[in-house]
Amino acid sequence: MSRDDYEVVIGLEVHAELSTKTKIFCSCKTEFGGEPNTHCCPVCMAMPGALPVLNEKVLEYAVKAGLAMNSSISRDSKNDRKNYFYPDLPKSYQISQFDKPLCEHGYVEIEVHDGEKKKIGITRIHIEEDAGKLNHDDYGRCSLVDLNRAGVPLIEIVSEPDMRSVEEADIYLKKIKSILEYIEVSDCKMQEGSLRADVNISVRKRGQKEFGTRTEMKNMNSFKSISRALEYEIERQISVVENGGVIEQETLRWDEVSGKTFSMRDKEDAQDYRYFPEPDLAPIRLSEEYIENIRKNLPELPETRKQRYLNEYKLTEKEANTLTASKYLSDFFEKGVKISKNPKAICNWLLSDIARILNEKEFEPEDIPFTPEDLAELIGLIEKGTISSKIAKDVLEEMFENPKRPSKIIEEKGWVQISDENAIREIVLKIIGENPQSVSDFKNGKDKALGFLVGQAMKETKGKANPQMLNKMFQELM
Amino acid sequence: MDITELTVHELKERLDKCEITSEEITKAYLERIDEKEPDIDAFVTRLDQDAIKRAKEIDLSKKENKKLGEYAGIPIGIKDNMCTKGIKTTCSSRMLENFISPYDGTVVDKVLNQENMINLGKLNMDEFAMGSSTENSYFKKTRNPWDLSRVPGGSSGGSAAAVAANMVPWALGSDTGGSIRQPASLCGVVGLKPTYGLVSRYGLVAFASSLDQIGPITKDVKDSAILLSLIAGHDEKDTTSIDIPKKDYTLDLKNNVKGLRIGVSKEFFGDGINQEVKDALQQAIEKYKELGAIVEDTSLDIAEYALATYYIIACAEASSNLGRFDGIRYGYRTKNYETLKDIFINSRSEGFGAEVKRRIILGTYVLSSGYYDAYYKKAQQVRTLVKNEFAKNLEKYDILLTPTSPITAFRFGEKSENPLEMYLSDICTVSVNVAGLPGISIPCGLDKNGMPIGMQLIGNYFQEGTILNAAYTYEMNTHFRENYKPTFKGGNN
Repeated sequence: MSRDDYEVVIGLEVHAELSTKTKIFCSCKTEFGGEPNTHCCPVCMAMPGALPVLNEKVLEYAVKAGLAMNSSISRDSKNDRKNYFYPDLPKSYQISQFDKPLCEHGYVEIEVHDGEKKKIGITRIHIEEDAGKLNHDDYGRCSLVDLNRAGVPLIEIVSEPDMRSVEEADIYLKKIKSILEYIEVSDCKMQEGSLRADVNISVRKRGQKEFGTRTEMKNMNSFKSISRALEYEIERQISVVENGGVIEQETLRWDEVSGKTFSMRDKEDAQDYRYFPEPDLAPIRLSEEYIENIRKNLPELPETRKQRYLNEYKLTEKEANTLTASKYLSDFFEKGVKISKNPKAICNWLLSDIARILNEKEFEPEDIPFTPEDLAELIGLIEKGTISSKIAKDVLEEMFENPKRPSKIIEEKGWVQISDENAIREIVLKIIGENPQSVSDFKNGKDKALGFLVGQAMKETKGKANPQMLNKMFQELM
Repeated sequence: MDITELTVHELKERLDKCEITSEEITKAYLERIDEKEPDIDAFVTRLDQDAIKRAKEIDLSKKENKKLGEYAGIPIGIKDNMCTKGIKTTCSSRMLENFISPYDGTVVDKVLNQENMINLGKLNMDEFAMGSSTENSYFKKTRNPWDLSRVPGGSSGGSAAAVAANMVPWALGSDTGGSIRQPASLCGVVGLKPTYGLVSRYGLVAFASSLDQIGPITKDVKDSAILLSLIAGHDEKDTTSIDIPKKDYTLDLKNNVKGLRIGVSKEFFGDGINQEVKDALQQAIEKYKELGAIVEDTSLDIAEYALATYYIIACAEASSNLGRFDGIRYGYRTKNYETLKDIFINSRSEGFGAEVKRRIILGTYVLSSGYYDAYYKKAQQVRTLVKNEFAKNLEKYDILLTPTSPITAFRFGEKSENPLEMYLSDICTVSVNVAGLPGISIPCGLDKNGMPIGMQLIGNYFQEGTILNAAYTYEMNTHFRENYKPTFKGGNN
């Protein structure tokens, strides 16, 4: 049997750090970075006698996420303790939610490759605290505990096993990221670990009703490695089954370097987390008004914004999709449009030249070093004829390398377009004088010769001459 | 006049009239500690130098009319499970033998920093407050001032013994299943466990979060009302503390119980209760009747299940609360390790004593998958029944009257070999914690060995005023403290 005879079943548990200013159970900063153990207090270091106090912003953010993902919000929820020993978990229990999560029964809609829409179920979204970090010393002598991250609020978004391909998993994860960015509850920086996913995967023969045994890969933090790991694991599982073997339910570790998954713990260590209700915190009760108030103030979501782009700016479906997928890019676009009043041009620049450079540099849209005002100015300079589109591309490159206002760059580099009639006449006369053959070809009706002459003039002026004026001047003078 | 014989309200009167200085009070207590500590062994940490220095500062501040707390300059003793900044907080455990807290707990902050009381030291206890005799301390055995061959009770045994021996004018204890009331009873002093949520737990090293409360151990009821008024109140650092207005509980002390409805539940006068204890309680009941209270028999038949419920819930919470003592950030770390697992296992095996380990194992077991429903969940259901049964009774009665302990102070080693027998000494007190109600223990007589007998009065939620007044009225009309004093006899153990 081949791979096509198998169906892939994928479910994701996405952990997103919430961008509240302070931690979930104390008033320490959530800021990333910082000297180890400087954003800590007796509560998040689990000093004896310290007690947690729930940060209300965390509830608000989690409810926002729940509503944006079409979940029902529990009026009656609670915190539970998940007990296990690990040096990065100072209390030896994580305050999480077990049997009464804040949000349940939601879904998000994704667009699969042929534009077809598919709903991916969200089983639950719950709030919990992040653990600290272990820094292993380079020589393997010791591990150092940094508790700056301990107590940073997280939501865990658990999907139904509704995804049927690696591509769907990728689109789903991007959609979750995009929604969280739109509602501004998480900065979703995967490289900083503020968005990570546990991936569950199984395979079954097509037509089979029961799911196959699943394996889990924890704490994946890049789209690329998730896709690679899934591809590898699908192949591995199929080949185990094909060879008459049995998939074991286990947690695997994805090794980026070797491109393989490895078994993480043996069954002896099967964890019993001994969940029980957190006695230090009162149950969470949310009123109808509280939830409705958040619902009313929910910001525009990617789907709505996309529709608006189609109607308001007459963008194509593809353009609107690509722009709105990233909140940052789409906000950048809107700010640019407000100034330049030329949505099509802003869109083109963002999706072609800027996208190409981002791609080359492996940058995220957030890494664009200039402002939407700069981009709008660049487009304005083309419209006014101050520079040619060709020069504009060089200006853009320069804006990435040494970010300055485009007008400043042009001035400093002397890239202002030559649009002075006398200057153009002089250049044209010079080129006519140097190319008698082309002049006579043109006179004999060979239109191509005009192109050549204009090209020569552009070369002479290092591309700065106004091409329309050159064209006109050549025809006049010849 | 022996200063250490005085109650705090008597001391304060003299302080206010400038008949005495804080330095004199403090010195008198330090001398008394020097004299009696070799017999009693109540202190884990003594703070003699600090105390004298603080007392002098406070006397000076008073002269300069600086703003100070109402009870500034009064000494106090603190059970060693309350975090004190810069001073060891050991919980009488090897695990925290050298632990110094970076912060003051809320109640400690109130008495030391806001009231400007003088900390005489940290008092001995059963390790992590687990026990009923203070024999589970890693450091020392505290002896009962009424008979040095007997235990002071526990877990706040150091606090109760120190108050009884006049080594501190009053002390803070903590009560999870009787740990204030039972040692107060065994040492012939007054111990109050407030309603769950009346006093902040922030900075109290957690044993069982849903049961723990800090409370006063004092020479008389008025001091109990005073200290409770000082430590009660909502704390935004403890979300289980209730936001109700502050009050002065001394205003509830009316020396009048006419028409007070007292329920006496037959379940607390059964076979397990010593006859002399029953007799003393019967006399107290007669006294209340004489004073105009209405006393009736009632039933709390769920009470027999309260002990099992208590031990399941308390151990479950303890098994999780004590997880943080893992040898990583603070506390004891084994020298004997190669792997991470070794650090966890050996640090905890070597750092905790037998009783603590027993309860961690019990608690881990009742929370394990497959057992959770049968034990922990069931216990929570029974807990609701216990609450309901008390609620029903407290509709009919203003207070419920029971013995505090089924027996008087026992000898060292008498019960420590049999944990179950030790657990039974909590039988009268645990249901009060399970229900979250307030309870007070006051002395009501001596047995034939001259050991104090305690009476427990239980009130409705946040009705500390009612039980304090009932206790006060009894005290004012019986004069236990004037009639009996600890003898410091025996002591060859």
